[in-house]
Amino acid sequence: MKVLKLIFKNALRHKLRTFLTIVGIAIAVIAFGVLRTVVTAWYIGVDSAQADRLITRHSVSFIFPLPYAYMEKISQVEGVEKVTFANWFGGVYIDKNQFFARIAVNADNFFDVYTEFDISPEQLEAFKKERNACVLGEAIADQYNLKIGDVMVLEGDIYPGRWEFVVRGIYNPKTKITDASQMLFHWDYVNERLQQETPGRANDVGWYIVRIDNPDNSGAVSQRIDNLFKNSPAETKTESERAFQQGFIASTSAIITSMNIISFVIIGIILLVLGNTMIMSARERTREYAVLKTLGFSGKHLFGLILGESMLISFAGGGLGLLLTFPIVSTIEQIIPKGMFPVFQIEPVTVILAVSAAIIIGIASSIQPIYKALNTQIVDGFRFVG
Amino acid sequence: MSSIIQVQNVSKSYWRDSLEIPVLNNINIEVNEGEFLALMGPSGSGKTTLLNLISGIDRPTKGKININGVDIASLGESALAKWRASNIGFVFQFYNLIPVLTAYENVELPLLLTKLSKAERKQHVETALSIVGLADRMHHSPKQLSGGQEQRVAIARAIVTDPLILVADEPTGDLDKNSAEEILTLMERLNSEFKKTIIMVTHDPHAAERASRQRHLEKGDLIEELV
Repeated sequence: MKVLKLIFKNALRHKLRTFLTIVGIAIAVIAFGVLRTVVTAWYIGVDSAQADRLITRHSVSFIFPLPYAYMEKISQVEGVEKVTFANWFGGVYIDKNQFFARIAVNADNFFDVYTEFDISPEQLEAFKKERNACVLGEAIADQYNLKIGDVMVLEGDIYPGRWEFVVRGIYNPKTKITDASQMLFHWDYVNERLQQETPGRANDVGWYIVRIDNPDNSGAVSQRIDNLFKNSPAETKTESERAFQQGFIASTSAIITSMNIISFVIIGIILLVLGNTMIMSARERTREYAVLKTLGFSGKHLFGLILGESMLISFAGGGLGLLLTFPIVSTIEQIIPKGMFPVFQIEPVTVILAVSAAIIIGIASSIQPIYKALNTQIVDGFRFVG
Repeated sequence: MSSIIQVQNVSKSYWRDSLEIPVLNNINIEVNEGEFLALMGPSGSGKTTLLNLISGIDRPTKGKININGVDIASLGESALAKWRASNIGFVFQFYNLIPVLTAYENVELPLLLTKLSKAERKQHVETALSIVGLADRMHHSPKQLSGGQEQRVAIARAIVTDPLILVADEPTGDLDKNSAEEILTLMERLNSEFKKTIIMVTHDPHAAERASRQRHLEKGDLIEELV
């Protein structure tokens, strides 16, 4: 018979109470894991940003377009290696609930700048050759069961009308944090139609993506680009891709902050649940601790017994919760539209946080019972009536 | 016979806020090796307090307690715990077995603090349980045992380390007459056959008669000596 066995037996002394505590911790860990996954999914754009890419947009707001003519000027700025552009198209595919990014791009060099989008040379060539061709992210192709040669019809909203595209390529993400849920097509195709139907809206692009030769010079290069267009009707704001993505997230910062707070409030709830169980258990065993002390067991033995039991319950609940979080997150990923969270998976940091929380909660929950057990005199322990 | 326990000028008080409550007043008593002493007295007379002081689970406010040459009042908490583990066997009124452990595991508890191997521990536990007549119930949990059997397991736990002294606080107080007789007979046997020095607190004159010597306490004073 070892002390470890006594820890197990103590933990199972009130099976229902221990079971409910473990289930309570597991549910809280699942809620924590899902919330943290949403938060990390929100930040995935920031994480996937490349240090050697700058974004040049209208200085007032991202929604104001920039002239196509800027491309040539930006490409001549010192430190600029390559320039491409993109334009948010919007539109409706099937119905308004089908959300994913639909973007008109410079087909000639977009994939030269976004090298993390892996597309075969043959498919890329086919895409470049055909005006109404499009390239889909692997996730979108899978979700809608689209193959090369299929036709996709979008109902325009920002750009009204019926828009037909032929799938000529499917790109795969090179990393697990690369967005594989985009639909990319020729800006020229859109622009030509605008020239005919609404000439006032033609020859504008949404934003420029600038690849620079040295990430250390991003500040200087940004300054040079913005200086080029100072006092022009469309002044620019150039920033790193990371800062650009963070700007997007800032608009939803209240939601993310709330989620962050709630996820840590959940940790507090787990602490209270386990703390309550441990305090009750230790209180009921006051007399037994007095017996153990009488028999010669020291403070460190009682410390080990109580901490061990607390850690055992905490790890059982945390482990169960973490194990269940994976299939639950996977199910949520299947349910939500692909474009909403391009990457929705449990990050290692979430696992580390959950395990750390289990350790901290196990320790914190045992502090009061340990203090009480160590500081109760043997004679007082024998007099105790629970 | 040589004196194994010397209690010299011992007083004990408890404090309730600023009010001092004296429990024992200048107690002097000696117990010889192999003696079976019964401490008697009404509730609140201080007999359990004196037992607690002799067994090292409480400390005197004044005076000296010398057990087999060791001034136990001068030992630190950790040293006192070790001293208790190897020198004193405890028997309580309410048995105080750990309910989630079997009889075997309860008896084995004090041995976990020793350097004995698993096989040696097993041998000691089986011997102790045989002495108390419960070798066939070693894998039963306390709730599967009667009160008398539980107390016999508690006695086995008390003797498994072969301690110098057995202290028993009202060991028959929670038992029916027959079970109480069995326990008293067992304690007599431990004293006569195994030469254990025993101090037993009781308020039952019939139980006290089984001891070789009786001392009475009243309102914290040791008042008379009867044999």
